[in-house]
Amino acid sequence: MSILLTEADGLTTVQDLGRPGLAHLGVPRAGALDAPAAALANRIVGNPPTAAVIETTMVGMRFTSLTPHWFAVTGARCEVIVDGRREAHGEPFFAGAGAQVVMGRALEGVRSCLAVAGGFDVEPVLGSRSTDTLSWTGPPRLSAGDEVPCGTPSGAPRGVETPLPSPSGPLRLWPGPRADWFATGAFEELCAAEWVVGADSNRIGLRLSGPAPVRTVTGELASEGMVAGAVQVPPSGELVVFLADHPATGGYPVLAVLDPRDLHRCAQVRPGEQVRFSPAREA
Amino acid sequence: MRALRFGPDAVLVEVADTATALDIALWSRERITALDIVPAAGTVLFDGVADIDAVLATLEEWRPGGSDVEGDLVEVPTTYDGPDLADVARTWGIEVDDLVERHSSTEHVVAFCGFSPGFPYLTNTLGLPPVPRRSSPRARVEPGSVGLAGEWTGIYPTASPGGWQLIGRTTVRLFDPAARQPALLPPGTRVRFTRA
Repeated sequence: MSILLTEADGLTTVQDLGRPGLAHLGVPRAGALDAPAAALANRIVGNPPTAAVIETTMVGMRFTSLTPHWFAVTGARCEVIVDGRREAHGEPFFAGAGAQVVMGRALEGVRSCLAVAGGFDVEPVLGSRSTDTLSWTGPPRLSAGDEVPCGTPSGAPRGVETPLPSPSGPLRLWPGPRADWFATGAFEELCAAEWVVGADSNRIGLRLSGPAPVRTVTGELASEGMVAGAVQVPPSGELVVFLADHPATGGYPVLAVLDPRDLHRCAQVRPGEQVRFSPAREA
Repeated sequence: MRALRFGPDAVLVEVADTATALDIALWSRERITALDIVPAAGTVLFDGVADIDAVLATLEEWRPGGSDVEGDLVEVPTTYDGPDLADVARTWGIEVDDLVERHSSTEHVVAFCGFSPGFPYLTNTLGLPPVPRRSSPRARVEPGSVGLAGEWTGIYPTASPGGWQLIGRTTVRLFDPAARQPALLPPGTRVRFTRA
């Protein structure tokens, strides 16, 4: 039971919930960047939330389903075509043995998730099937010619689940642990400005250019632990919002921290798009 | 001990020094529920905690030396022939042999890991000033390279770019994802470099 990739030109990786608990050894957590999309794809095909999905980047991929399977595609909207027949995004579809499946280029957003009933069954590394692109712990990235094994389904496809509309509006921010290394009002200015997503954004971090926050403490920061969503300000002034593959420790001061509820939205913003922030409030 | 909020699910605790950070991190592992507890140079990060106030209340029970952990002692056979060995000795105004003697007769402790999986930051108690990083990092440092930077000795588990001053090399495997304990030298491990 497997699929055979025939085209995978963007970054294509297997991802699950990641491998928490190893940051003290320097191992990134990894995991699907758009976690709610991965969870939805798994629910649609009847998988537990721990099942592994394939995450594509921008250009999608093509594969042959070597054996019959139920699939679902979520996350970045894209065309889904099975043997020339169009299937709905966000709904279960069936592909028989030998069927050619196209996940097209992302029409909006960046990363689409493909779930298969039974999950993708690559060999776990340190308890997770996620590829981390910082240290390349985990299964290697996928490319054309790779055969990806599929597990045995444990549940039935659920039919249609209406996905929540994608949230819009500013990303919510908390003041960071080193906010006092910056000029008074730097956090508020961060929230008032417009930021443009950089082309070098990746699974490690979202890079944002805009009005550089002014640092008042200029000394070196000794390396300290970092969380996903940490907004680091390197000397260039370009912000780096740490995502799933971020390093366990970092040496640039963290001015702000993205609310975990908005972290997944960073998976879907494109280079050149604008991003705004607003101060988060206790729920 | 100063607590700094790091978003709604994490707290960074600032402490006096590296040894304290390690002590608190080891002490906390059996007492505090967190997805990750990450010691670093002068801080401990508690990430993925449900109740930050409860974490801070527990930390008030910590006393210096509380972890009472005597880490495993691991010997790291090292060939002292690194390309920066002579430069570092010159910076310190000592002979190369003296540097090697001091480095291999000192017991080091892994204060924390970072940079790449299994990369140990070993406390450097040679009684010599901090070592500056190379002004231009190397594009590729071979796995097993032993280097100095700041107050630390480090060992590269995998090939990567790097700016540490390389004084030697070892053939021990520092990170093995298939092993039950993937890092040979996790925080708290005592390390003795022996001349290979």
